[in-house]
Amino acid sequence: MSELLVQERNVVVPGEALAQGMDFLPGDNTYREKDQIYSKVLGLVSVSGRVIKITPLSGPYLPKTEDKIIARVIDITISGWRFETATAYSAMLNVRDATTRFVKKEEDLSQILSIGDYAVVKIVNVTSQNLIDLTMKEPGLRRISGGRIISINSQKVPRVIGRQGSMITLIKDKTGCDITVGQNGLIWIKGTSEGELKAEKAIKLIEAKAHLEGLTEKMERFLGESA
Amino acid sequence: MIVNKETIAELAKENKRLDNRALTEFRQPILVETNISWTAEGSARVQIGETVVMAGVKLSLEKPYNDTPDEGGIMVNAELSPIASPEFESGPPSIKAVELARVVDRGIREAKAIDLKKLCLVPGEKAWFVIVDIISLNDGGNLLDVAGMAALAALKTARFPVVDPETGAIDYKQKTDKSLPLTKEPLPITIYKVNGVLLVDPTNEEEKAYEARLTVGSDAKGTISALQKGGEVPLSITEIGKMVDLALEKASFLRKELNKALKA
Repeated sequence: MSELLVQERNVVVPGEALAQGMDFLPGDNTYREKDQIYSKVLGLVSVSGRVIKITPLSGPYLPKTEDKIIARVIDITISGWRFETATAYSAMLNVRDATTRFVKKEEDLSQILSIGDYAVVKIVNVTSQNLIDLTMKEPGLRRISGGRIISINSQKVPRVIGRQGSMITLIKDKTGCDITVGQNGLIWIKGTSEGELKAEKAIKLIEAKAHLEGLTEKMERFLGESA
Repeated sequence: MIVNKETIAELAKENKRLDNRALTEFRQPILVETNISWTAEGSARVQIGETVVMAGVKLSLEKPYNDTPDEGGIMVNAELSPIASPEFESGPPSIKAVELARVVDRGIREAKAIDLKKLCLVPGEKAWFVIVDIISLNDGGNLLDVAGMAALAALKTARFPVVDPETGAIDYKQKTDKSLPLTKEPLPITIYKVNGVLLVDPTNEEEKAYEARLTVGSDAKGTISALQKGGEVPLSITEIGKMVDLALEKASFLRKELNKALKA
């Protein structure tokens, strides 16, 4: 006899029983003890078939290969740069991954990126020791200049982007800003100062209401009103 | 984390700010709540924008200092608790905490805001000492002004405890309706210079993008009691003049807000 003890989109706390019986399988952020499944985190329940998983409401960003993030240069080494990534670990960018042109041996690396600069970079590798390797050699990856950077909870990033980028496209269209969302929760907005402020407010609103349904319609109304 | 430093500087040149405020506009809401602690003789919680500071006043009977046998004393202590910002650590007070305490202290002390002679009960033996504790609850920028306002609100609401006339023991559980001998009401206002432009009430981000700042402590009549300069860039005499004028104007604005809140 298996039984689901919670419902889809319920908020659960760590240690809360989600299901009774062996017919259900523990998914992300859950664990099984004897014949019950419990939550590991504070989050929302989602059930797909027999698998129960929890979408966390908050938590740190964990670096993942292929993620596009926004990071800050904290050090320049002999052969590259060290970045702060808004995770517990710093990341390395090698000169050969930073630019397509040839960099001479005696060249001053701070001419390309200097300490304190922000850049849009992509994670190419995360080792088991959480050493992160970055690249800046793809389209859209570059040093950030102008505009503003805001920081949100990295768990809400998928909601800010929306299904197939629907939400972020909506904000871009309505505010006329160029927006780059890093998976680590840093977002770069560039446009007119009024547009930037509107986009910032919109994103903060999404962050606050990410767990509610009908978010896209709400955003359309919010952006429509203040236009 | 330092973000948007360049953008703040560029916008300042166009008289704009990241949050669309005017350069000389304080954030809203400005909230003052008094008597938040019944163990303190006076207490207040002040919020400007997202910055929240709590201040408490304790009174104790001590032996006066040898060089001022007929005066009480005042001590201001500030704590930047880790709950307020990820940048604050527990442990011994940081430079920022010491500066905060000293700037608030100097504003009150040098204005001679409290008549210390009236605090003395028996010269050379017994006098009231006023201890002001400032605790930051959330640092959203501009802790200096908020702390100064909280300290003043706490001083204004402080009431002496009951003292047993025979034993001289203080009963902190009972308060008299006698308030502190406040002769002046100093408020510090900090003016920030960013890219050559003057602004007030900075956010966290703006606080990291400034070139220089000047804290001006002044009373209700506009008499300046204390100054504190910070930042790496020097200030010219004309700039200081402008900053002081702006600070006096903003001090009277905050004073109005404070008095409005205390009356309500």
